[in-house]
Amino acid sequence: MPKTRLGAAGATPTRLLATVLVVALVVLAVIGPWIWGDQARVPDPAHLAQAPSGAHLLGTDNLGRDVLARVLTATRRSLVMAVGATALAVVLGALVGALPVVLGRRVQRVLASVLTTWMAFPVLLVALFTTILLGPGATTAVIAMGLTMTPVFGRLMQTLTAGIESSDYLVAARMLGISRRRQFTRYVLPNIAEPVLVYITLNIGGALLALSSLSFLGLGVQAPDFDWGRMLGDALPAVYTSPWTTVAPGAAIVVAGIAFGLAGEVLAGIARGQDSPVRAARTPAPAAALGTPPPGAGEHTTAALLTVENLRVEFPTAGGWTTPVRDVSLRLHPGEIVGVVGESGSGKSVTAMAIARLTSSTGSVRSRRLDFDGTDLAALSDSELRERIGRRIAVVFQDPSTFLNPALRIGTQLTEGLPDHGGAPAGARNKAVQLLDRLRITRPETRLGQYPNELSGGMRQRVLIAMAQMAEADLIIADEPTTALDMTVQHHVLRTLHERCHEDGSAALVVSHDIGVLTSLCSRIVVMYAGRVVEELSVDALLDGPAHPYTRALLASLPTLDTEVEKPLDTIPGHPPHPDEPIAGCAYAARCTRAEDRCRTDLPTLTPGTADATVACWFPLTPRTVTPRSAT
Amino acid sequence: MSVVQHWHRETPSPQHGAAETGRPEATGTSRRRPAAVWWRFVLRRAGRTLGSLFVIVSVAFVVVRLSAGDPVRQALGPTAPPSLIAERRAQLGLDLPLWRQYADYLGGLLHGDLGTSILTGQPVTDVVEGRLPKSLALAALAVLVTLLIAVPVGLTTAVLTREGRRRGLELGFNGATGLTTAVPEFLLGTGLVIAFGIWWPVLPVAGSDSTASYVLPVLALAAPSSAVIARVARVEGLKVLGRDYMRTARSKRLPTATLYLRHALPNMLTAVLTLAGTTAAGMVAATALVEQVFNWPGLGYALIQAISGRDYNIVGGIALVYATLIILINLFVDVLLALLDRRTTLLER
Ligand code: SF4
Repeated sequence: MPKTRLGAAGATPTRLLATVLVVALVVLAVIGPWIWGDQARVPDPAHLAQAPSGAHLLGTDNLGRDVLARVLTATRRSLVMAVGATALAVVLGALVGALPVVLGRRVQRVLASVLTTWMAFPVLLVALFTTILLGPGATTAVIAMGLTMTPVFGRLMQTLTAGIESSDYLVAARMLGISRRRQFTRYVLPNIAEPVLVYITLNIGGALLALSSLSFLGLGVQAPDFDWGRMLGDALPAVYTSPWTTVAPGAAIVVAGIAFGLAGEVLAGIARGQDSPVRAARTPAPAAALGTPPPGAGEHTTAALLTVENLRVEFPTAGGWTTPVRDVSLRLHPGEIVGVVGESGSGKSVTAMAIARLTSSTGSVRSRRLDFDGTDLAALSDSELRERIGRRIAVVFQDPSTFLNPALRIGTQLTEGLPDHGGAPAGARNKAVQLLDRLRITRPETRLGQYPNELSGGMRQRVLIAMAQMAEADLIIADEPTTALDMTVQHHVLRTLHERCHEDGSAALVVSHDIGVLTSLCSRIVVMYAGRVVEELSVDALLDGPAHPYTRALLASLPTLDTEVEKPLDTIPGHPPHPDEPIAGCAYAARCTRAEDRCRTDLPTLTPGTADATVACWFPLTPRTVTPRSAT
Repeated sequence: MSVVQHWHRETPSPQHGAAETGRPEATGTSRRRPAAVWWRFVLRRAGRTLGSLFVIVSVAFVVVRLSAGDPVRQALGPTAPPSLIAERRAQLGLDLPLWRQYADYLGGLLHGDLGTSILTGQPVTDVVEGRLPKSLALAALAVLVTLLIAVPVGLTTAVLTREGRRRGLELGFNGATGLTTAVPEFLLGTGLVIAFGIWWPVLPVAGSDSTASYVLPVLALAAPSSAVIARVARVEGLKVLGRDYMRTARSKRLPTATLYLRHALPNMLTAVLTLAGTTAAGMVAATALVEQVFNWPGLGYALIQAISGRDYNIVGGIALVYATLIILINLFVDVLLALLDRRTTLLER
């Protein structure tokens, strides 16, 4: 319950400062007029407009009254007015906010539009009307301020109660037959109390500043009464001769503004729950040792385009560091298409992003080797990466609805930042048109001038693919490139990708949860589980029957042509482990039918099995013992 | 301007979106027949503006008529002879039946007649005409300066503090902006008058005689709102920087400037413009405060004189001018937002 969060407030310097300031203001408001009230009002003709001295610490005003005493005395009036205006706004706001519930939809819409217009009116304008009606004065100003703030609270209440009305616990409470009154006090009130409290605190500060400006203009407190704004207004004409009279009330307004502003922010922070990853990020990344070099590491690898050895990726979270990629090694040759498969949370996407250096900058990416065409990627700074690698590595992202910039035309997004800048932009456009055409997008020329929201999801996905192809990259990293597409388009897109790699020898690393997609596209498959590679094998070997029980299970969950439609697909029981979970042995042990004691204590490492496969399993299966779907 | 509008901006409206501003939110239809949806929206929005104007105008009429007893008595004071009061009432048409007065008032407004001063009999329009441009110039400059300061500062801070980096800078930024918002414009103005009027007289602190005399009033108006908008721009910037399309842009290894100016900035525009609209509305009224401090011969200055003279016909007339400006600014911003929104609705909402 949110209530306890407020109670749990610890003492950070900000909280302490906010509390001290607000308490001091309240105390002053209570005792100020008692102690300094007389001194503040009594004119002293013998000491008119005197500069600060021992007797008058902040000087005297044009009637000889002590400025400090006046400022301290004015605390009460300034504060009471601000609190009063806010209280008025809360009450009126609650009424306005509750109205639509009673009056139905039509009224609701009219009211919403009235609130919008109303909200645009600054307090000064409202104050003009109330002043005409009631004459200038403190009450008039408070009413104006309250009326100005009303729509803010009205809308807040409306939003909050609307959210609660349909919430689970209120529905539950209703089903349990809890009385309306009890529903309100036990469920509704505690849940809207916190945000309302934050708003109130912030608005008291705002009201204080606004009311002081009204008094300053002569619309608020009238002589002989005074608040801070009025003091400033009175001091203004004499600002050249006795500037000190402005200092104290000015400072008081600022301090009060800061006090309530801070207090509001502190409350809002507590209400939001202050767990931010920021704090965790300050603890150093755990320096866990990288995995043992994979088989074949350090071998003659000049032929490889991309070599990754023992990649480890960690991210800071509220609770510490999480490790989505624990130990990944892989290698790509020019023209080769390699698939990375695994369930969500296996670390496959993070691996792909880490290779392209597109993971969050707070994370830690380490590896024994991260080599692209003879360049050590890990050693490059961001600008070196831009210069030396540039768009030789291109990325196709998975979600077409979020990875295209909604504010830029398709054409811009396709043609920008190409290596031959300065070259003919028309050339780039022609190429874009060709690519879109090849990906079977209708009217490609028109599309270039359109914004992403004018295209369908499938078209947008193909635009993302075209974007990666524009640069003629040597390596295309594709993260679930076809998930958003229907089967026919998917097939076509995969074929285009395949052709492209075939034609100009670029390599592709394709990440997918769908092992079926990968078998039709790739020559080799890397299977990931819980941040590690558990098996790497050629597609042929895969179709012969993989050695790792997890790969088998993935294959068995594939629909095939002879799958009966009614029969549910085999899904792997259980869930993959959470990235922060420490795992001693094989991560798959909890779900593996072949698991034995050794699996739970010792981590199996990748070892060469057959000619074109390596597997990390203590009890690997032998090929051809089972075929997909007929297993178990 | 923090004072006049402080609370608005501290409290972003919880559901300021398509539904309640009436923007063309139906993405399906907007894709099929954008023009029709668009014009329907503009018409509806213009209709609402007229409605709002009518309400304000009527409120002004009622309020001035009901003003604390008798406006003429208020203005001329308790010692004025009854004959003078009666004469002035007749002059102002206050002896006519109420409905006639209302009709005359509306008719007058349509011809640009805002009424006449109770004290001097001078048409309010005369007061407004010479002064409004001076006030508008202040407000417009202040909005411009605010945006030119706040948006780059906010975006830069967002870039530097994204993903929880540079805690120190974030604290400093929040502290500095928090402090600036707590100094209302009239106070900042007074401080500037002291600083430049007494200690360091390099800039004019009163009047509007030279270009240089714009500097301090505009500064006093722009500083508090810049702080607020810079904060919002930072938060908005952080949101945008975390979006997926920014990763797409990064994958193209674009130059830093292109990355942030072309890819991030346009996506902050809706939020920033919404705020700029509120700021502009508030700024119109806030000029009154700053004009008072800097002896600026604008509308606000006349307004304060009218208030202290209890000349409520002038106060009402000027209030109407302010209200009309604010309503028109809102209309303008809404239409502008809808124009921008036409291309982003599908992805953003
Ligand atoms: S190591 Fe053991 S638990 Fe892990 S996959 Fe092999 S048999 Fe199963």
